[in-house]
This record gives sequence, C-alpha cells and structure tokens, in this order.
Amino acid sequence: MADFRIKQHPILPIPEEKTIEFTWQGKKLTARAGETIAAALMANGIRIFGYHPKDHSPLGIFCANGQCSQCMVMANGKPVKSCMELIQPEMRVSPAEGLPELPKISPAAPVHPAPIREIDIPVLIVGGGPAGLSAAIELGRRGIRALLVDDKHRLGGKLVLQTHRFFGSTDAVYAGTRGIDIATRLEEELRAVPEVEIWLHSTCLAVFSDRKVGILKEGEEYILVKPEIILVATGAREKFLAFRGNTLPGVYGAGAFQTLVNRDLVKPAEKLFIVGGGNVGLIAGYHALQAGIGVVGLVEALPECGGYKVHKDKLIRMGVPIYTSHTILSANGKDRVESVTIAEVDSEFQPVSGTEKSFACDSVLIAVGLDPVDEFYKKAQEFGLPAYVAGDAEEIAEASAAIFSGKIKGLEIARSLGKEDQPVPKEWYRTGEILKSRPGPAHHEELPETGVGVAPVIHCTQEIPCDPCSSLCSHGLIEIDKSDIRSVPKFIGNNYCCEVCERCVAGCPGLAITLVDYRANPTLPVVSIPYEFTREALHKDDRVTVEDTEGNALADLEIIGVHSIPTSDRTMIVQVQAPADIAPRIAGIRIQTQAITEPMDEYVPHLSDDTIVCRCEHITAGEIRALIRKGYTDMNEIKIVTRAGMGACGAKTCDALIHRLFREEGVPSDKVVDYTKRPLFVEVPLEKFAGLKPADGE
Amino acid sequence: MMNATLPHYDVIIIGAGSIGTPTALYLSKAGFKTLVLDAGPSVGQGSNKKAIGGIRATHSDPAKVRLCLRSIEIFSNWQQEYGDDIEWYKGGYMFVAYREQEEKTLKDLVEKQRALGLNIQWHDSAEIRQIVPDLNPNGCIGGTFSPDDGNASPLLAIHSFYTHALDRGAVFHFNEPATALVIRGGRVVGVKTPAGEYGADVVINAAGAWADQIGQLAGITIPVRPDSHEAAITEPVARFFDPMIVDIRPAPGSSNFYFYQHLTGQIIFCITPSPNIWGFDTRETSEFLPMVSRRMVEVMPRLRNIRVRRTWRGLYPMTPDGYPIIDWTREVSGFLQAVGTCGQGFMLAPGLAELLTRMVSKQTTPEDDEVLRYTSLYRDFGQQELLK
Repeated sequence: MADFRIKQHPILPIPEEKTIEFTWQGKKLTARAGETIAAALMANGIRIFGYHPKDHSPLGIFCANGQCSQCMVMANGKPVKSCMELIQPEMRVSPAEGLPELPKISPAAPVHPAPIREIDIPVLIVGGGPAGLSAAIELGRRGIRALLVDDKHRLGGKLVLQTHRFFGSTDAVYAGTRGIDIATRLEEELRAVPEVEIWLHSTCLAVFSDRKVGILKEGEEYILVKPEIILVATGAREKFLAFRGNTLPGVYGAGAFQTLVNRDLVKPAEKLFIVGGGNVGLIAGYHALQAGIGVVGLVEALPECGGYKVHKDKLIRMGVPIYTSHTILSANGKDRVESVTIAEVDSEFQPVSGTEKSFACDSVLIAVGLDPVDEFYKKAQEFGLPAYVAGDAEEIAEASAAIFSGKIKGLEIARSLGKEDQPVPKEWYRTGEILKSRPGPAHHEELPETGVGVAPVIHCTQEIPCDPCSSLCSHGLIEIDKSDIRSVPKFIGNNYCCEVCERCVAGCPGLAITLVDYRANPTLPVVSIPYEFTREALHKDDRVTVEDTEGNALADLEIIGVHSIPTSDRTMIVQVQAPADIAPRIAGIRIQTQAITEPMDEYVPHLSDDTIVCRCEHITAGEIRALIRKGYTDMNEIKIVTRAGMGACGAKTCDALIHRLFREEGVPSDKVVDYTKRPLFVEVPLEKFAGLKPADGE
Repeated sequence: MMNATLPHYDVIIIGAGSIGTPTALYLSKAGFKTLVLDAGPSVGQGSNKKAIGGIRATHSDPAKVRLCLRSIEIFSNWQQEYGDDIEWYKGGYMFVAYREQEEKTLKDLVEKQRALGLNIQWHDSAEIRQIVPDLNPNGCIGGTFSPDDGNASPLLAIHSFYTHALDRGAVFHFNEPATALVIRGGRVVGVKTPAGEYGADVVINAAGAWADQIGQLAGITIPVRPDSHEAAITEPVARFFDPMIVDIRPAPGSSNFYFYQHLTGQIIFCITPSPNIWGFDTRETSEFLPMVSRRMVEVMPRLRNIRVRRTWRGLYPMTPDGYPIIDWTREVSGFLQAVGTCGQGFMLAPGLAELLTRMVSKQTTPEDDEVLRYTSLYRDFGQQELLK
C-alpha cells in the first residue's frame, strides 16, 4: 500500500512510530497509535471516504475540524466523523455509503439511564486556542476558578499547526517564536495554575435558555455546566467557495490541509493548487513546500494578495507562481481532483473568456477567508448569560492578535469578578488594535551602499505589525518605532558595526533579511540567506537560482556553505558568493522546479453544473439562484424547499455562500432573512443525553 | 382615513401557516379571490415548520376522525395529483402499553375508534414486536396499531399548498400583520394592516398560537393559548421501523412522548410537557434532551447510538378541551375561526381547508354540520379529550 507519511520535515520532529493495525473494507492496514481515523486513511493513500447518499458522488475529507461531516466513515459499525475519532487497534473501518444502518442491539438489553451531572463554575472558557489559553492563564494567576473546554485532543487550537515564526510584537505576544512552540509555552503556563480545569476532546454543544451550557466531556459524558461568566474563544471557520467540482475529494479547506500535514504528518497531496492569497493561503503554500509537496500555483481574485507581502514574496521566490486577478473555474476529475482550471477576472470579478488555463494537480486548497464561530456568544447574550468573546470568534485577525485579545478579556473578566483592582492598561487596547491591523502600504525597497564591510539587507517594505528583528541585533542596529510596530524596520548602523552574528537573518519571521559581507572579497561578497528546508536538500557546491525580493531570477550560483547558528531554531543559513552588483538584491533561493508549475497544453472544460453550495445535502448554486430569481428572500424558506442548511453541519458552510448568491443577484442584504440557528453544534448520540455508560447494554 | 384603500377580496385569511395556506389553495380553486396575510417573512414560519409531521385519523371523536381521514386521502394522493413530493409515508401509528393503566386506556379507546370505522387493532406484546422488532420486550403488554396512518413533511407540504395556491391566483402578503378588523353593522368588511385597508366579505382567523390576538381585533375572546413543546431530529439512518411510536405513560416533565422515522431516514421526536409550558417562549432548554432521551432508549434500546442533530421548540395552540375551534363567530358575521388545533393543525389541515371552503361557499353537508357541532366556539369547554 502507498505510504503518504511525511518522513522528514525541516521544523517538525518525526515521532517514533508505534503502529497498530486496522482494516479498511476488510483489508489490513497500518496506522500510528493516537492518530485520527482520517489521518490513518490518508496516510494509506485513501482519498475517497464514502459516497453521498443523494447523488452517490465521492466524498473525502474537507475540514478536518469536526465541523462539516464530509469525512464520515463506518467504524466498528457506527457512523463517525473520521477526523475527530482516533483509530483503535483492529478497528473495522469502511466507507459510508447510502444511509448507515444503525447498529443492532438486543431490544431486551437492560439500559440504565442516569441523571445528567450539573457543574457550577465561575468562568467557562470555550476553546483552548491562543485566545482561550491566554485568558485562562490570566484568570488562573488571579486564583479564579475556571473550566476550559476544547474539542480537540490537545491544547493550542490552530497554533499547533503553525510551524512558522510568528509575527507581531516580541514584548506582547512571543513574536519570532514558532506557533507550535507558543502553543507549548502557553500550555505549560496554564498547567502551572491549578485553578483552571481543562477538559480536552470535550465539545460544547449548546448554550441553553436556562443559561446552562451542554458539554460532551471527553466524547463520553454529557454534562451541563452552569457558569457565572462564559468566554467564547471558539476561533473561526473557513469560508467555502462555489465553483464546479468543489466537492471532489482533494478539495480541502486550508485548515484541513495544515492539520493533515503539520499535525498528522501525512501528505494529502503531491501537487497542490491554492485558492486565496491571504496569509492563510500563502502560509499554507509555504508549509506544503516544507513538507515536500509541490505547489502548482495560487490564484487571488483581487489585483493584489491580501496577505503580508513578505509571505507572498517568500512563496514566489520558492518558485510558486501567483496569479492575481484570477479565479478558479473548476476542479476537474472523475473521483478525485486531477486538474484545476483558472481564468482571469475583469474588474467585476467575472471570468474573462479565452483566458482559461488548466494545471495538473491532485489537490485544491481553499483559503478564501474566515468567519467567526460566534454562535455560542450570540446565544449567551440572547439568554442573558454574561458573555465575553475573544480572538477570531470576535474578529478575524492573526493568531498573535488572538493571544493578546485573550489576555485582555481574561483581565476584564477578573475585574468583573472583583479579583483585579487595576484596570486593563489603555495601551493594551492600542496594542490589541495594532496586532489586528491589516497590512498597510508597501514602500520602495532601499538597498544599502555596497562595496565594503558588512551590512544586512532588509527586504521587508510593507507596514505590518511585526518587530522581532529589532530585538535580534546585539548592537540594536535594526530599529522599529516602538510606539507603532507597524513601521518598516531600518538598519541604523554603517558597514563597519555589524559583527555578522546572523541572528537577524535566522530570526526574521518573514525570511526577509539577508547579510552581505564584502570583507574577504569586495567584488564577490558572501551573501547569507535564510532557509527553512531540510538540511539534506541543499549542499555545498550545489548550484541554485538566486532571486530578488519579488522572485526575479538574478543568477545561478554555487553554494559555499550551509550552517546554523545557536539561535537558529531550525532556520538554516545558506551562503553564496555573488557578484557585487547583484549581491544586495539577493533575497532567496528557488526551491521548486518550474516544470511542476507549467499549465497543461489545453484547458480542461468542466461540463456538469455541480457547483455545490450546501455540502451536506449537495444543493447546487443553480438551485438556490433559481429560487432567488423567483423572489425568495427568506433563507429559511430556501431551506424548506431545497434542504440547504438542514444537513449535519447546521448551515455552517452554506450560510455565507447563500448570502453571496443574494449579493450577486442584486438582493440588498437588509431584505434577506437569515437562517434560524439552532443547537446542537455537532451531532451527538442519543445515549449521551440519556446518561448511559458506554459499555452499558452492549 | 390615513390608510390607503387597497383591493377588495372575497376572503382574507390571517395566517400563512398549516391551516391558512391549504385553505387559500382550496378557496382559490373554488373561485374565491383570496388574500393571505402573515406577520412572518415567508410561508409556514410560525408553528408549521416546528411540526414533526405525524398524520393520523385515529382520534377519539367523529369530528377529527372525519377531517383527518380526508386529510390522509389528500396527503397520500398529493404527489399523483399535484406532482410534488411531500414525503408522505404510510407507516402507521403504534401506541404502546407497558402498564395496565395504559393497556386499559388504549383498549377502551380502540373500541370507540373501531366503532368510528377506523382501521386500528389491539395487539399483544409478541404481535406488536413483530411489527416493530426493536421495541423493548421487558414489561411490554401490547399496543394498538393503525396501519393507515402515516407522516409527511410539513415543510414540503405547506410549500406545495403555497405554490399551487399562487398558481390559482391566491395572493400572499408576508411581513404584513393584520392590525385591525373593519367591522360595520356587526359584519366584518375588511382588514387593516400597516400597508392600508383591504376590503373583504369573509375573514378567516388561521393565526394558530396567535388566534386570540386576532379574535380580540373583533373584541371576541378565542380560548386558545400556546403550550410550548420541544422536539428534535437525528441524522438519517437506514429504515428500521415504520410507525409513529407513542408512549402515553406520564413521567416527570412529560405526559407522553413519541417518535417516528421520516421517509428520508431521520428520527423525529418530541414530548408533551407536564405541566404545560404556557406562553410564547420557544428558546431551547437544557431539560428536554435528557428527559426525552432516557425515555426513548428505554422503549427502543437500539436508538442509543443514533446521533441527535438539532432541537427546536414550537407552539401548540391549545383549547381548554383539546378539540379545535371551527366556527363562525356569532358576535360578528363573516368572521370564521379555524384555530385551536392543539398541535394537530398539520394533519387536520387539508381536510379542514376543504371544510372551510364549503363553509365559505355555504355548501356544507350534513356530515360537516355534525363535525361543526364538535368544534363550536360556543361549546362547553369543560370536557376533556381522551387522547391528545
């Protein structure tokens, strides 16, 4: 059987494999103990997890986050979300086909329903990501009892998927440290305060009108929690996109892709195409390359990528073409993605006929933005339960902003409980706003005087909230205005004061600082370039293409050395000797060969109209559009007629897409009646509400 | 008058819900120019979409029996006649008995129901478990089974009534509540809304849980008040039982509970709250799921693994005696009440809609007149229905 495990990674350790056996359709396969069923299947090259009961189209993993229900499989006779359930030894797994048969149980088997436990707690925190963890630490340090619940098996939320160094403020939010390591640090800080109880693999199901919160603890026990205050730190969910072929196995949300690659260490793709040029899409592209996955290209509908320029530049330099003012027309293939077709868009974002291009790829990653997961917050407010909201659940921004927002909300809650005398410092709110700010204008790149001594070259020209470089230079020669870390860094020394410690090269989160050393040979200076791939990939004497900031090839040069420095933290430094005229312009090395990014000779037209809006019930954009054109404005009526929004996910995916269809059809948003949102957050077996013990009666 | 004078209609129906919508269809078919007014944004957004979809004729009084027998005829032939799938499924109803009290109640009832010509029988434990093998046999005495009853989707059904009513010229105005009735010389002649004043020869109150508010527009008290019931739906699974299962044993918090498997595979279930939860609160509670789940896994242990998808609450427009109110008001002529369906509006609706059409066109039959004696607004509400 094919093996799609990641065997080496420049950042992530590859754990010792303790393997177990399970079966897929009766065939024996190997899994890693402690991984999800979905990861085990992906690692064995299985991409089709089941077939949709309505149209029998193949289904694969999409969100990997327990939200969408696309990855349902039968495990030991029960339907389960394969992305949330852990694989067990000898587990019998098979595809979900048609409606599942409910497991047979002897009707005479005794059942012993038990009352549901109720727990009082001063503060309930829903979500153990950056915001929830930070808030919990603030509460715990002030001796406030709190319960933190998270539906995953470990703390950290999406931090555990972030292998790159974080942007933001070094003082406020661990900027310069990798997300995975921030998760560990926050967890350690939290575990040190005994006041905060932590329930993992525990899903919040509903906030009820009697101000009790239903939680499925550790996937087993349903408990009603009665908090005095609830903090909703549930993060974000990904927006979906309507295009033809959008439910083919191989179309993933960006979060799913990062989960599979960086948490589960499996390769969901060989050749990936990315939709969306925000930070999420750009970073996912970088993560893919680090995992040894080819990135065929990236489309962004706007004329400029919305993510940080340093992320975009980095990706282009690695050899990934970015198609701005382009959109995806279709994902093509019979049972899984085989190619993608894109086209240019005009100023109205309509595809321009004749500009279609297709690329061979096996996966499409959707990264077209995020929406807050704020339903618990809204329900708590409606029901009069004192509620706070932090991180992406409040406002979509970088994880660094979520860390800080959690800290502020933690303090605000402590104050409201009378456990903190000091008000939240005013400057914290300002810092919070700065961390949340979107990228500002890009300035012209200023290259330093050349010829003598040593000088760093800062290829970072856009105003973004990021300051680690300013604390890296032991002589303080890189300066960022501390009053507003969005300002662009400047080298304030001359060519004789740098000691070539290379900490700025290794430590810039955007890999946007190089060092040019003229001392040995002024006509062929040595350029130090940051590099985050496996050491085995590049060697002394290899020839590489060096590029300027924006990915223009400058020369093919020989590597004179690859090394790390004590503070490298897995970032390597590659050195080349370059002609003096190009040396300061060198910003990076091409990683990916051009062949993988070439378009196919002819574009692949997609003939069926399978643009799905509701993934659960497989309702097409055409069906919804027809109703909108008939004058339907109540989404609940559209739900009645089509079933869009009635499925397992509870309208988490189609909601925003249907709103978009209304906009496209020219219906003003104040005329559109929203879906009525109802519990439960995810589907839960009836036995949990009856208080049955797992083994009871079976 | 500040209000604009708007068109005149033969009939104005207040409420585009379970009752008002099919009534608009049948009135339009009979040639009446019909307007339906509703405060909500689209059809069926009050209690119709909260209904679980059970349809039975096996009641205990001739009025509901007759109306529902006709409803079943209409529902079961709907797709053939109108082309729309409303997910009708003839799965029957089964009332189970696990104690002697319920055995006696149900056996007494069966006598009455059979006398009314209904296809219903008492079966002993072994027999009912042949029909539904997953019923818990421990303590099971038996139960009644009525194979001609069934269920359908209230959502799809109302939408089909609606589109066919539109096709036949009925007019629906949403987001437009009736704010006053225009009464002249003891006769209703129109309805006011924020948009203006419509003339009408007949006004039908089909406002469900809000029936009394509409009655008050004419100064008439309609003894209907809402009781808030909670329900839930599961994921769909392959069919494993047919009938609606009803357990009428009281338990803390509920006087009975019932569940069935819809044509599309989901189990839909709810309880009758005990004591009643009067009022318009439809916000979800934390008590419902634990209360109903323990009862369900006891009656059918196999249900333990089915996953609950969603819960909601809807309003039962209750009358004091459990029977609907279908009557012309005596105080104001031309004002027809079609209210107080006590949670059975959906199953009564098409049969009732036809009756209302005959009432408006003054073509009621002797059988209709018999039905209307039971549903009079002016009856003694002191009696109690045997089986709600």
